[in-house]
Amino acid sequence: MAKITLENIRHSYLPEPKKKEDYALQQIDAEWSDGSAYALLGPSGCGKTTLLNIISGLLTPSEGRVLFDESDVTDTPTTERQIAQVFQFPVVYDTMTVFDNLAFPLRNRGIAEGKVKTRVNEVAKMLDLENSLNKRAAGLTADGKQKISLGRGLVREDVNVIMFDEPLTVIDPHLKWLLRSKLKELHQQLGRTMIYVTHDQTEALTFADHVVVMYEGTVVQVGTPIELFEHPAHTFVGHFIGSPGMNILPCEMSDGVVHFAGNQVRTASTNLPSNGSDNIEVGIRPEFVEFDDEGFPVEIIKVDDLGRHQIVLARHDSNMIKMIVAEDAQIPSENPCISFSPAQTRLYKDSWVID
Amino acid sequence: MSKTTNQKAWILVVPVVVLVAFNALIPLMTVVNYSVQETFGNNVFFWEGVKWFEEVLNSSRFHASFMRQLAFTGTILLIEIPLGIAVALSMPKKGPWVSVCLVLMALPLLIPWNVVGAMWNIFALPDIGLLGRMINGLGINYNFTQQPAAAWATTILMDVWHWTSLVVLLSYAGLCAIPDAYYQAAKIDGASAWAVFWRIQLPKMKRVLTIAILLRFMDSFMIYTEPFVLTGGGPGNTTTFLSIDLVKIALGQFDLGPAAAMSLIYFFIVLLMCWVFYTLMMRDEEQ
Repeated sequence: MAKITLENIRHSYLPEPKKKEDYALQQIDAEWSDGSAYALLGPSGCGKTTLLNIISGLLTPSEGRVLFDESDVTDTPTTERQIAQVFQFPVVYDTMTVFDNLAFPLRNRGIAEGKVKTRVNEVAKMLDLENSLNKRAAGLTADGKQKISLGRGLVREDVNVIMFDEPLTVIDPHLKWLLRSKLKELHQQLGRTMIYVTHDQTEALTFADHVVVMYEGTVVQVGTPIELFEHPAHTFVGHFIGSPGMNILPCEMSDGVVHFAGNQVRTASTNLPSNGSDNIEVGIRPEFVEFDDEGFPVEIIKVDDLGRHQIVLARHDSNMIKMIVAEDAQIPSENPCISFSPAQTRLYKDSWVID
Repeated sequence: MSKTTNQKAWILVVPVVVLVAFNALIPLMTVVNYSVQETFGNNVFFWEGVKWFEEVLNSSRFHASFMRQLAFTGTILLIEIPLGIAVALSMPKKGPWVSVCLVLMALPLLIPWNVVGAMWNIFALPDIGLLGRMINGLGINYNFTQQPAAAWATTILMDVWHWTSLVVLLSYAGLCAIPDAYYQAAKIDGASAWAVFWRIQLPKMKRVLTIAILLRFMDSFMIYTEPFVLTGGGPGNTTTFLSIDLVKIALGQFDLGPAAAMSLIYFFIVLLMCWVFYTLMMRDEEQ
């Protein structure tokens, strides 16, 4: 077990990267403390898997260092790093039984057969695989196979970190829930560092203590689920997390105040940028937009009733604004006006938050 | 609900029926016809029952060519399959060399059988052939037209040269279909190179290898043109394989009855062996 530190990691799949776009990972500095559960969240192609493979040593980064505790493992091969990794699609050794599959990582490391047996039985018990231990792995269903993959990740006791690369993609929705809570439970039981890669925010938010949000090869924010919701550091985090995501609206600075389409907007940001700055936006979550006769007028385009609340799509000038209102709330039919809750309105410059 | 019936549909099947009848059924039935009768020409036939079958099955000549055939097919399978896998494993997985390797591998497959035979015949001639001269130059007495061992070695070498590529291409296709995640997982699990081959690559290649073995078995069991052009079945009868022997009986001696019986027996042996092999290979899959 160890603390994992990534220092100035950059990676490109091209032999001679030149432009910024040539890099799959732009610049990563991160620290993964021992024993925590992390989720690595981001859209497809943002570099999540690349980052994971750099930690596991399947890839050597173009630049930067990987440290396990204080020792530099950048050039250490995967087998010597003591890590476990579970992949998106189940990997099972077809010709072996479930038992042999689970025992494989232990036997390859020359662990005594008696010890192998107890470990495999423990892991099989955790994953409810006890009854199929003697079956051929090839005959199992997709989720059975993925359980074996998970099991092979969990079977070794001395691993520094267990990494999951979108492990529940091939699993049926109802089993997804079960396995996810199982993983969470296992994390609490074992206290092992876990990194869970996903593009599904629900998965990330339910599994992890800390969510690392990635976007276009950089880490844009690391935080608890609550922090990501209430205080997105980047507009991407704002609209990627939450359903629907944050409203990001263009605005200008004039006379030392923020104006959105001619209306003065009060925000939680205190270090206001100078008048006439470019690329200024306000971000406000749909949850914190409310009908207010004192606010500015909007035209209501659409109301979606989701059963537990309603999502209202409103327009002011050419800007679309989404708002979430209570299920039983009356939606004004004439001259609706809205306002933003100042404490939850954030100001962004070049997509990054201004505090 | 009643099904709609349309008897006119049969008309659409007729071309296929005619085609199959003319290229397979009628010739085969002619062979069956010859195998149970004796003829002295003029389309006069006498019923002989299973006499020809008994004769062929009890003939030491048939036994000898059958054993030669088994030995030949067994030897080339034992060489070509492992060699093909080994070559496929050492081929690059990506980069500009992939297409170069694939074209080089495909070349022998594009050469017609009789050309292969003629090529190797001249190549291996002890007096003027490059290979024959070289071997003799090394001080080894080599003459495939006179020495049975040399004739066998040359025939096998020729077949390996001609057909290993097929096994290589099939194995390579099988290898390329293995997702990267398997190799990555093997690294994480600390598997040795041998374990990767034995536990991942070979099992994943099982289906293509089954096809490769079946194709090579059938092809080599029915081999005719190449050894016929290379050695003509000699020296003596030492490289007279089943099909060469069959042609000698049918067209050389014009013994149509025994030849017909022999081709049917030959046909059933190939069919039986393929069926047994395929069933054995696929038995595991169904479990």
